[in-house]
Amino acid sequence: MTLLPSAPPPKKLGLVIDLDVCVGCHACVISCKEWNTGGYGSALSDQDPYGADVTGTFLNRIHTFEIVPEGGEIVGEAGDARIVHFPKSCLHCDDAPCVTVCPTGASYKREEDGIVLVDEDKCIGCGLCAWSCAYGAREMDLAAGVMKKCTLCVDRIYNETLAEVDRVPSCVRTCPANARHYGDLSDPGSNVSILVAERGGFDLMPEQGTRPVNKYLPPRPRDRLADKAMPLAENSDGAKGFFAWLDGVLDRI
Amino acid sequence: MHPASSIILFTTLSGLGYGLAAMLGLGLLDPALVSTKIAHVLAILLIAGGLLASTLHLGNPQRAWRALSQWRSSWLSREGVMAVATFMPLLASAWASVFHDMRLPITGLIGAAMCGVTVYCTAMIYASLRAIQAWNTPLTPACYLLFSLAGGLVLAASFATLGEGLSKWIALAGTVALAAAWGVKWAWWKRLRTMSPISTPASATGLGAIGTVRLFERPHVNENYLTREMGYKVARKHAAKLSLLATAAGGVLPCLFLSIAALSGTWMAATLCTLAVAGFALGMLVERWLFFAEARHAVMNYYGG
Repeated sequence: MTLLPSAPPPKKLGLVIDLDVCVGCHACVISCKEWNTGGYGSALSDQDPYGADVTGTFLNRIHTFEIVPEGGEIVGEAGDARIVHFPKSCLHCDDAPCVTVCPTGASYKREEDGIVLVDEDKCIGCGLCAWSCAYGAREMDLAAGVMKKCTLCVDRIYNETLAEVDRVPSCVRTCPANARHYGDLSDPGSNVSILVAERGGFDLMPEQGTRPVNKYLPPRPRDRLADKAMPLAENSDGAKGFFAWLDGVLDRI
Repeated sequence: MHPASSIILFTTLSGLGYGLAAMLGLGLLDPALVSTKIAHVLAILLIAGGLLASTLHLGNPQRAWRALSQWRSSWLSREGVMAVATFMPLLASAWASVFHDMRLPITGLIGAAMCGVTVYCTAMIYASLRAIQAWNTPLTPACYLLFSLAGGLVLAASFATLGEGLSKWIALAGTVALAAAWGVKWAWWKRLRTMSPISTPASATGLGAIGTVRLFERPHVNENYLTREMGYKVARKHAAKLSLLATAAGGVLPCLFLSIAALSGTWMAATLCTLAVAGFALGMLVERWLFFAEARHAVMNYYGG
């Protein structure tokens, strides 16, 4: 049934992604594709995989943005522009338009934990849910003709045959920089809720009215290169003992 | 948005078909005439053809029947349910005209109302999508309904010239409906071309507080489903020219032809009305192509488009 759950789910499982930490290595993209091509539902196909025009289905992609501060320079050695790597997958929205537009009941939001899933046996591949998603979280698999999306690795997180440390989404388990966090965002005491509260986690495109569960943590403020008038190597403040004496002698020579 | 020919054909043909069916249901044409019988059959063929075209873009069309199940939340499902249900009064009206030379007044009125509701559902599939700001306005269903009405009247005028003769009232109603439809469409275009986007790269990334956000690198070098489906762009200058072309072929010419036809002899009127139908259909195809090609999807904030 493509109505949203009538009551708020008791749990809101989701991801918190730290934009200060992500290094843009794309390891989560690859681990996601690897796990999900052999897991829930049909495989994530590639078209023309060894040709010049290769394209395929991914549930998680890393975009890279350049942010130039007000009055700042363009990217350069001493400029203030910065690069932010931006992982993006399904945000498992509370008001998921992709669920309510589905004509067949294939797209649904789980009542127990808020995960948004596609029942591929019911999907007719009309593509309307992908149109309704402002975030580009859904991609039609061109081989299977059904809609694919992030499952929050529903076949890992509840999988008791896996070691407990592995019962998290594949992207979270893989991230070498620990930029991705998984937990229950409805519980204010959970690791992810604390991160969101402490770091000022935010929603993507709140104006779309989708109320995403996943949150993003902003990059921490950075020292401006221009504020450091003297290069570190030319500064001898705080030298003690022999080095303070040597510093004085050398200054006097 | 990618202008898929299956969807353009679907909305154009079914819009014309429902318009004509509604005019037949309202009793604009004499049910005993051969031309009216042909009109009934044509209306049903246009609707059925449009619906068949719409299944062409499905990944798994064999399960299309499932789309009738979620009418409580989905406009696409509502449209499917209404399309199937509307066939019943339309087929009954067509049967009565073709085989019994008669009109079923109540069935006709119910059928006409259901045609309107079905076209409204079709329009709301698009108008309900907030991620596509250009469509997300009550002007979208207004355009779809008025174009369907205008198309129905132009077609009805044509069939009248082949049967009982074109009455001035049908010609006048057609001219007024055409003017109203294109007037609302121009308001729709004005909104599209002057609105400021509700979602921007700054809101899409949440990084606007740090500075100006722009895409540095896409996730992959090649295109993907999202950029193919939603990354279609049409040059602004071409869009402006095409909207003028659509209005000329689908609005100005049919208005002119209908007005002259109302004052002309049978064969002249028939020729002019046929040309009016051809112009209107061409204008609609261009208008529907632009409807998709000009609409920008919020996801393109992540793709630098």
